[in-house]
Parts: sequence; C-alpha cells; structure tokens
Amino acid sequence: MTKHSVRPGSVTVDPRDFLAVDALLDDEERLIRDTVRQFVGDRILPGIADWFEEGIFPIELAKEMGSLGLLGMHLDGYGCAGTSNVAYGLACTELEAGDSGTRSFVSVQGSLCMFPIRAFGSEEQKQEWLPQMAAGEAIGCFGLTEADAGSDPSSMRTTARRDGGDWVINGSKMWITNGSVSQLAIVWAKTDEGVRGFIVPRDTKGFTVNDIHQKLSLRASVTSELVLDDVRLPADAVLPEVVGMRGPLSCLNEARFGIMYGAIGAARACYEAALDYAGERMMFDKPIASFQLIQRQLVEMLVKVNRGMLVAMHVGRMKDAGTLDPSHISFGKLDNVRMALEVAREARSVLGANGITLEYPVIRHMNNLESVLTYEGTNEIHTLILGNKITGIPAFG
Amino acid sequence: MKIAVCVKQIPDPATPYELDPETHFVVRPNDQVLDDTDRYGIELALQLAEATEGSVTLVSMSPAGGLQGIRQALAMGADKAIIIDDESLRGSGALGTAKVLSAAIKGEEADLVIAGTESTDGYVGLVPQMLAELLGLPALTFAKKVEQADGGLRVERQTALGYDVVESPLPALVTVTSGAVEPRYPTFKGIMQAKSKPIEQPSVADLGLTAEDVGVAGSGQHITAVEPAPERGGGVKIVDEGEAHLEIVKILEQAKVI
Ligand SMILES: Cc1cc2nc3c(=O)[nH]c(=O)nc-3n(C[C@H](O)[C@H](O)[C@H](O)COP(=O)(O)OP(=O)(O)OC[C@H]3O[C@@H](n4cnc5c(N)ncnc54)[C@H](O)[C@@H]3O)c2cc1C
Repeated sequence: MTKHSVRPGSVTVDPRDFLAVDALLDDEERLIRDTVRQFVGDRILPGIADWFEEGIFPIELAKEMGSLGLLGMHLDGYGCAGTSNVAYGLACTELEAGDSGTRSFVSVQGSLCMFPIRAFGSEEQKQEWLPQMAAGEAIGCFGLTEADAGSDPSSMRTTARRDGGDWVINGSKMWITNGSVSQLAIVWAKTDEGVRGFIVPRDTKGFTVNDIHQKLSLRASVTSELVLDDVRLPADAVLPEVVGMRGPLSCLNEARFGIMYGAIGAARACYEAALDYAGERMMFDKPIASFQLIQRQLVEMLVKVNRGMLVAMHVGRMKDAGTLDPSHISFGKLDNVRMALEVAREARSVLGANGITLEYPVIRHMNNLESVLTYEGTNEIHTLILGNKITGIPAFG
Repeated sequence: MKIAVCVKQIPDPATPYELDPETHFVVRPNDQVLDDTDRYGIELALQLAEATEGSVTLVSMSPAGGLQGIRQALAMGADKAIIIDDESLRGSGALGTAKVLSAAIKGEEADLVIAGTESTDGYVGLVPQMLAELLGLPALTFAKKVEQADGGLRVERQTALGYDVVESPLPALVTVTSGAVEPRYPTFKGIMQAKSKPIEQPSVADLGLTAEDVGVAGSGQHITAVEPAPERGGGVKIVDEGEAHLEIVKILEQAKVI
C-alpha cells in the first residue's frame, strides 16, 4: 500500500461535505440522494414555511413521493424499489433537510406500516395493501403509543378479543402520525396470546380519529388520536406472522434507523444556514463570521454534523451487511438526534433575531427536533437500551 | 417511434472548470454529471416513445469516466446508451463531434433524433445542425413544443419575437429548448435498473471513421492561447436627488437604446 503524505492545498475541502462522505457512496446511492435532494428543493422547501405556519401536511405530496419510489423504498417486491438500507437512510437525510415532518411521513408509511405488512402479513394482505401504499394511493398510520403508555408500550390498555370468527378491538391510541390522512391503521392491541397487530381500514365502524392541535413542533405533519370503540374486524385482519412486542419493536428499529440518518439532514440545514448567514451578516463593520466566538460555533456544528454522518454510514453499512444489533441503532438515534438539536440551537443563536422567524429554516428544525428527540424511543430509553447492552443489567423499571 | 437522443456528460458546473495549461482543453474528472439541459430532450423522447410504444437510445460522445451522467439518463427511463470515448477524440470540434454522432446514429435507424440547443460546458451550439446535415435530415431547431401530426411532427420554434409553427415529415432532427417539457425525476426503480441496461462503447474505428476525421486533426482548429475574460468596468453611479431619471434617459439616448 502506498502511503500518501499530507500536502496542504493539494485537496479541495468542501465546507458542506467536510469529510468527503460523498466518496463513501456508490453511484446508485449518490443518484438516489441527488434525486431526493432535488425533489426537496423543488417541492418541499418552497412551501414548507407556510405549511408549518398553517399546520398542514400537503397530502398531494404522497403520490409524488410514491411515483419517485420513496415509500417503502428499501422493501422488496410488491411495487417497492428494493434499495439498500444506506440508500433509504440517505433519502431520509435529504427529506429531513427539508423538514422533519416530511421525513416522518415517509418513515411512518415505509417503516412503520409497510414494513410490518411485508414482514408479518399474509400473502393476501401484502397484495392488497403494499402496491397502493408504495404508490402513495393508500396512506398508513401506526398505533402503538397510548395516552398512558408511551415509553413502556407493553403497558397498553387497548385490547382485541375473539368473537366467533371476528376480532373486536377496544381502546385508544395517542400521538399517531398521519392519523387523519390515513386509509388504514396498523393497530397493536393486547390479546390472550400477547400483543398482536391489526390492519384497521379507516372506514371501519367504531373507528374514529381526532387531530391533535396547538402543537409547536412537527406542525407540517398530522398527529392524531385514534379511538376504537367495539371495532369489529374479520379474522384475516390480524398480521398472522408475529405475536408479542417483537412485532412493533421490529418496526421501530426500521424507523429509528431512518431517523438516525434523518436528523443529520436537519442539522446540516441548520449548519449551512448559519454558515451562509455568518458570512453575510455585518456587525461591528465585519461579517460576524470573522469573530472567533462565531467561528467556534460554526466549527462545533461542522464537527457534529460530520461525525453524525460517519456514525450513520457505519451503522448503515452494518445493516446492509447483516451485522447489526438493534442497540447499534439506539446508539445512532440517541447521539444523532441530540446532536441535531444542539446544532439547531447553536445555529439559532448565530442568526440572532432572524433566527426566530420562519424566513430561515433554523427554528422550524429546532422545534421539530424536540418531537424527534421524544418519539421512536426517548433519549432516556435509548440510553437505557445501551446501558442494558453493556452491563447486562436492565434498568427500565 | 425509434428515438435517438444526443446527451453529454460534463464536469459538474457547480465546481470551477479547469483548463489544461498545455492543450487548453477542459480537464475532465472521472466523476461527471449529465448536462442539465439534456434532461429536456430525454423527457421529450420518453414522452414520444411512451405514446408510440417506441424506444429511446442515448448517444453520447464524451469521456466515459464513471458513466454517472449516462446512468442518470438511463435512470430516467431510456432503454440503452451508446457512448463513444476514444483517445483520438480529444480536441474534436463541432464537426468532428457531429461526424461521430452521425456514424453512431446511422446504425440505429432512428425515426427521430433529439438534441439540446447547446451544451453547458462548450456553448458552441452547432453540433445538431451539422448532425442533421450529415444524416440528411431536416433540422427543426429551438423547439419549445413538439407534437406528432400526420405521421410527422409539428413544432413550435422559438424566435426572437415569438414562435414559428413548423411541420416536418419523419425522420427528422429536433433541438429542444430548456423548459420545453418538465423533465421527470429518475425513479428509484429506474435507478436500480439503470445498471443492468445495455451501454455500448464502440471505438472510432468501429464507426468507420479514422483519426483524421476527428480530434484536433479533424477539427481544423488550433487553440493558440487562452486569456481570462476582461474585468467589467465599474459602471456609472447616479445618486438620486430627484433628477436621476433624466440622467438615465440621457445615457439610454446616447447608447441609442431609446
Ligand atoms: C409528534 C409526535 C408523533 C408521534 N407519532 C407516533 C406514532 O405515529 N405512533 C406511535 O405509536 N407513537 C407516536 N408518538 C408517540 C411517541 O412515541 C411517545 O411520545 C414516546 O414513546 C414517549 O412516550 P410519552 O410521550 O408517553 O413519554 P413518557 O414515556 O411519559 O416519558 C416522559 C419522560 O420520562 C422519561 N422516562 C420514561 N421512562 C423512563 C425510565 N424508565 N427511565 C428514565 N426516564 C424515563 C422519558 O424519557 C421522558 O423524558 C409520537 C409522538 C410525537 C411527539
């Protein structure tokens, strides 16, 4: 192996890809990333400040994302593109550089709803739902959390009991992304055999959905309550291939993987906004980027964003190679989301008063990331998962 | 309809271009991108091919490099690509390029040849017309709208003042302006399939051409020197104290603009 010496000036360093992570990608991954970046630039960024302010998710985006191949992109067959896990991650980074709400939509559809049907569904369920979900014609939501069962979902109160050949579900689910824009819900409920998943079509009698208002985070994303009052479903509504908490938890692993990558997108957008702003904003007759204190803030952001991407790429390659343990995803989710929140807050301060408006993306990302920190396992829960892994001592309860 | 689309891989326009100090040719890195303006021609070709159950072949004379730009075009939905990259092609002018492209397209028996109006790295804008001449096809240039009509084409041709409506039988060559159609994004399935689509790489000799036809020899041109463009002058500053418009009118009159 030839050893190269470092020659200053012989290599161009890109402030927006400082560690040249681009070189770690293959052509296909690069093309997918660039396509999503372009889509976000054309279709998300021009409208996002208004959608956030008005508290809407423009549902027409679903079909556009479907025709691109974004929905369930890393699943095989049934109309899905079948990309690598890294490609899915990179798409999440680009989507979340737009807005965490857009990325949440894709995470819920692909990882929380299509994944369980693909992994645990019957052949009929797969054929009925997956192609229309991949196309964005049917939207799913994922009902696990309840008002009194968050970090400990196994304490859920929603039940499903057999009645003749049917199932009857009672209970409610809280904080459910995409609830009121969905055509089907994957609802997890306690049965005599353990927790099981059900496909509940939106128009089923006894199933109602109420949106949660007055959110100050993820405003360009729909969050709802699902109420199931004697909801009667045929025997074939249950996902046949899984019983127990392994079902919902394996969905969460998929989605958390995407969040680990996604958070870097939000952080990158904040860092780039701060870098641009600092170069242009004049104070004391100089661009504020000329002050040491501001440079330090920019460099802290730079280091965090790049480090987060290296972690994600490493975990992503492990997932594609089949050498991943779920605790590796906890490592990435824990560190990358808190990293992104720190970067967003730092960028917010660099932008001064402008940093609190929707004219710049920073405070929107900062507020969104508060949700991202909480959902899909809070920081504390991922800390406990890692603590358990390295000590062998569970400290959850 | 069998359609051939001329496309080019170019160095990423977002990065500054470098010229080789000796040859004065643009230094072409291994990683190149699809010339953005080519996406309009590809989109038009795909629309026409979809409407007629036809096929789309990309034809490109450019350093193959990692083929990233060609794959991007294949990912949009084209069926196959022919790329001609040969050491003897370095320094080719517009005519040499047109000769190579025409030789490659002849074997395809295309009903329609589509090109952009000019490339983003060279800005010469002569290749399509020369290509039409070599192929013996009518050249319908600067099309801002293309429709099929009576077995031929009806084209709205952009002019300085508006547009002309031009009709032509097939086969023909059309150049499309940017914005004529809305280029589609490559789909992820398209991206995944692109790597298994056929890419032919014939040599100059395979096309029946010799080194004299192409490259510096065939171009009949020699770049003697390259100079940076002169800096623009500072302009005139007029401070408005209520009378500035009169001064501006005077300047415009002097320039014979009004
Ligand atoms: C915008 C948004 C969208 C969401 N979308 C969905 C969805 O689509 N589907 C779905 O099912 N859920 C969804 N959720 C719910 C989310 O997953 C839960 O909010 C999350 O699991 C935390 O539960 P909780 O809010 O009840 O907090 P709690 O569990 O009550 O936690 C409160 C605090 O206590 C800490 N804590 C809890 N237990 C421990 C412990 N053992 N040790 C130390 N600290 C602990 C937590 O870390 C946290 O800081 C969404 C939430 C939000 C905000």
